[in-house]
Amino acid sequence: MLSELGVENEAELFDIPETVAFDGEFGIDPRSEQEIRGELQRLFARNDELTEFMGRGHYSHYVPSLVDHLSDRAEFLTSYTQYQPEITQGFLQALFEYQSMVVELTGLPVANCSMYDAATGLAEAALLADRVRETTGNTVLVPEYLRDGKQSVLENYVDGAGLIVESYPMDDGTVDCTVLAELAGEKTVMIYAETPTVRGTIEEELAEIGEIASGAEALFCLGSDLLALSVLEEPASVGADVVVGEADVLGLPTSYGMGLGIFATSDEYLRQVPGRLVGVSEDRDERRAYTLTLQTREQHIRKERATSNICTNQAWVALRAAMHIAMLGANGLVELAEDCVRDAATLAEQVDDLSGFQAPVHDCHHFREFVVRSDQPAQAIAESLEATGFGVHAIDDHLLQICVTETNAHATDELVAALQEASE
Amino acid sequence: MIYDQARYTEDDEKHEPLLSEKDETTVKVGGADSPLPDDLTRDELTLPSLSEPELARHYTRLSQMNWSIDSGPYPLGSCTMKYNPKFTEDVAADPNAAIHPDRSAESSQGNLGLLYGLQEYLATIGGMDAVTLQPPAGAAGEFTGILVAKAYHDHHGNDRSEVIIPASAHGTNFATAAMAGYDVVELPSDEGGRIDLDALKAAVSEETAALMLTNPNTVGLFERDIVEIAETVHDVGGLLYYDGANLNALLGRGRPGDMGFDIMHYNVHKTFATPHGGGGPGAGPVGVVDELTEFLPRPRVRETEDGDYEQFDPANSIGKVHGFGGNWLVLIKAYAYIARLGDAGLADASAKAVLNANYLAEQLDMEVPYGPFHHEFAATAGDRDAADVAKRMLDFGVHPPTTKWPEMVPEAMLTEPTEIESKRTLETLAEAFNAAYGDTDEAIETAPSRTTARRIDQVSAARNPRLSWQALDNE
Repeated sequence: MLSELGVENEAELFDIPETVAFDGEFGIDPRSEQEIRGELQRLFARNDELTEFMGRGHYSHYVPSLVDHLSDRAEFLTSYTQYQPEITQGFLQALFEYQSMVVELTGLPVANCSMYDAATGLAEAALLADRVRETTGNTVLVPEYLRDGKQSVLENYVDGAGLIVESYPMDDGTVDCTVLAELAGEKTVMIYAETPTVRGTIEEELAEIGEIASGAEALFCLGSDLLALSVLEEPASVGADVVVGEADVLGLPTSYGMGLGIFATSDEYLRQVPGRLVGVSEDRDERRAYTLTLQTREQHIRKERATSNICTNQAWVALRAAMHIAMLGANGLVELAEDCVRDAATLAEQVDDLSGFQAPVHDCHHFREFVVRSDQPAQAIAESLEATGFGVHAIDDHLLQICVTETNAHATDELVAALQEASE
Repeated sequence: MIYDQARYTEDDEKHEPLLSEKDETTVKVGGADSPLPDDLTRDELTLPSLSEPELARHYTRLSQMNWSIDSGPYPLGSCTMKYNPKFTEDVAADPNAAIHPDRSAESSQGNLGLLYGLQEYLATIGGMDAVTLQPPAGAAGEFTGILVAKAYHDHHGNDRSEVIIPASAHGTNFATAAMAGYDVVELPSDEGGRIDLDALKAAVSEETAALMLTNPNTVGLFERDIVEIAETVHDVGGLLYYDGANLNALLGRGRPGDMGFDIMHYNVHKTFATPHGGGGPGAGPVGVVDELTEFLPRPRVRETEDGDYEQFDPANSIGKVHGFGGNWLVLIKAYAYIARLGDAGLADASAKAVLNANYLAEQLDMEVPYGPFHHEFAATAGDRDAADVAKRMLDFGVHPPTTKWPEMVPEAMLTEPTEIESKRTLETLAEAFNAAYGDTDEAIETAPSRTTARRIDQVSAARNPRLSWQALDNE
């Protein structure tokens, strides 16, 4: 090959001036596959073995084996964005099916095929709200219980558009609609509420929040997750204009915060949606065919006037979420979601029976997780639990948070015993 | 080569049916057995309910109707579709690494150690002083980098309004700058396809926050004037941003930090061989020089004197750009790839990538207007329609290159074979290019014919958007 190009070595093909050339000495020693597998096994073994009762935006559900085996097929895993739809019908159909599942769960007619995570989905919703609102508002209202990651990402994304983020107070776990109604007004671009909240509480006044938003001519953005949505009120029925949240609750095992963001909205805002959309068309044989569509919204065509800068997304995670939903089916999803309500209530009751703990702190229904008040400092209890092999959240001086799903439900009795011991 | 893609054709109207066409089951939600009162629940849920064997076949069939890097050549320019070593999947699947992000540092030393190790690797590869791994994709990395630039200028009391971007840059650059609130100043290329230095000098001012540059650029040319470009931007107090999309050309031969770049992002799904997953996930770590480290996203990871790892928040951090720490599984795979290659392997990757691009271009009947190029080149289809030529290539068992971009090359076919292809495969690829390019108008306009779907009508997809199976049902 070199001789056909008329050069003696590859270096002659490079056009890098001497002044900025590098000698190639990074100091990285190559290792064999086997050595690296051993090295990383030893490294990851430095993580303590904990039974985690943790959530707050990143959840653990059992992922059926089919999801790993089929999503790991190289035809899916090692493909890329479907710029040539004729040869990538399989992935496009899977993403179209994912979008359809999100449409069913949200009740909204338009769902994109992924955001990076719930936080960036929320941020993109605020930017959409800013683009579509005709008045001159500049404020996004968010609950005071908002995960720091979501709050900070939101602030970073909306800063360039000149928006500010203001918090509204919560009243015992759910939205204080009286105060929210006072805060909402002509400056409000979007009202964001969550159900379940980051504290696991199920919001009771969604329709009222939706009315407050429309009264202020603001968009109502609802945060949830795909599993909770299988039993909770349909967002479309309570006036949600945009739904965002954690789609990664299904399809992804615990993965250190890696996510998949929902983005669904109404037809009215279709041309303002960020990210990729898969649509249906026909091929030359007049058979149904799938393709990325409405790409004039996107950065590679519209450049600085695009709806978002997103290009690479979380398509493979969306494929996995769709596979997980398909494996559970309608019945399985509803049963799993109902278990998330029952198991949280049962565990809260057990914890409440212990001396030195009150649970749940908030007097409402919970999904997966709940807040516990501890007489002893919460941080000390969390550390003591960690020493005995359990992970929980300490979220305030005397507040713990505990999350239960089918992946840790077998160990709730041990957790309760450890909690008792830790508080003595 | 002739390629016939799998087709499972149900009838005259469709191929593999949708899940919803195989089953629709409606479940009542709420009622006496529900743990929630009815006013908090939906009434019912309708979804497909199929057996595992039915699903295994469904997804196997869909996979067979999909092209991938393991299927054959995938020379999409600017996408660096290189082979993804299988063992990286195994290391990423380690159950000990599957932990919650809110764990204490003490109980997550293994994960922190991996993050620290990858930060160090990327810093030395880019010639940067510090790296954040949080951005979940290249565009998110760009956004992070521009926010860092903004924070730096704000910190020094400089309210700047412009980001300069060459016309040939990726669309994400323009969208990123706009999202961060900057006005975009588009810089034309010179006749040779590089930055026009005079135009740059005329464009920079006290308003210049940054110049975003891809080097080699999107037609594969190294910006030979990079030192002068850096001086020009720095002289007005601006920062130089490196778009890492084309880093594969430089591995071991040039480092953005040594060229005067202040901020860069790495596309680990491109340069460091993590699988592209049908569109993602990727990861877009960002490296910066010393004086910008205080603005990086929080938290960062450092090593303590005892050899442990801890997290800390940079003094003037911009905050967060992802809800948690980014795309963890992708980061593990990138670390494993870099460790496997080491110094010599990384330099060899860029050498072979550049050799392969040059060898492939040499075999083509098409003209390549700009050179000397490195790991990618933009051939021109001349008076043929590049998109049509690309569609015809699909019939020959290869994925075509990126088409009609960058715009500086008419009917561009931006081609990046990467280092993975053998001489034989490059020749097969060249034959596909030449056969398609030399084919009749009718043949290319009606292609492809051997893929699962034949030519798809894009116009009606956009005019009558049907984005869900519910939308199909409603017709």
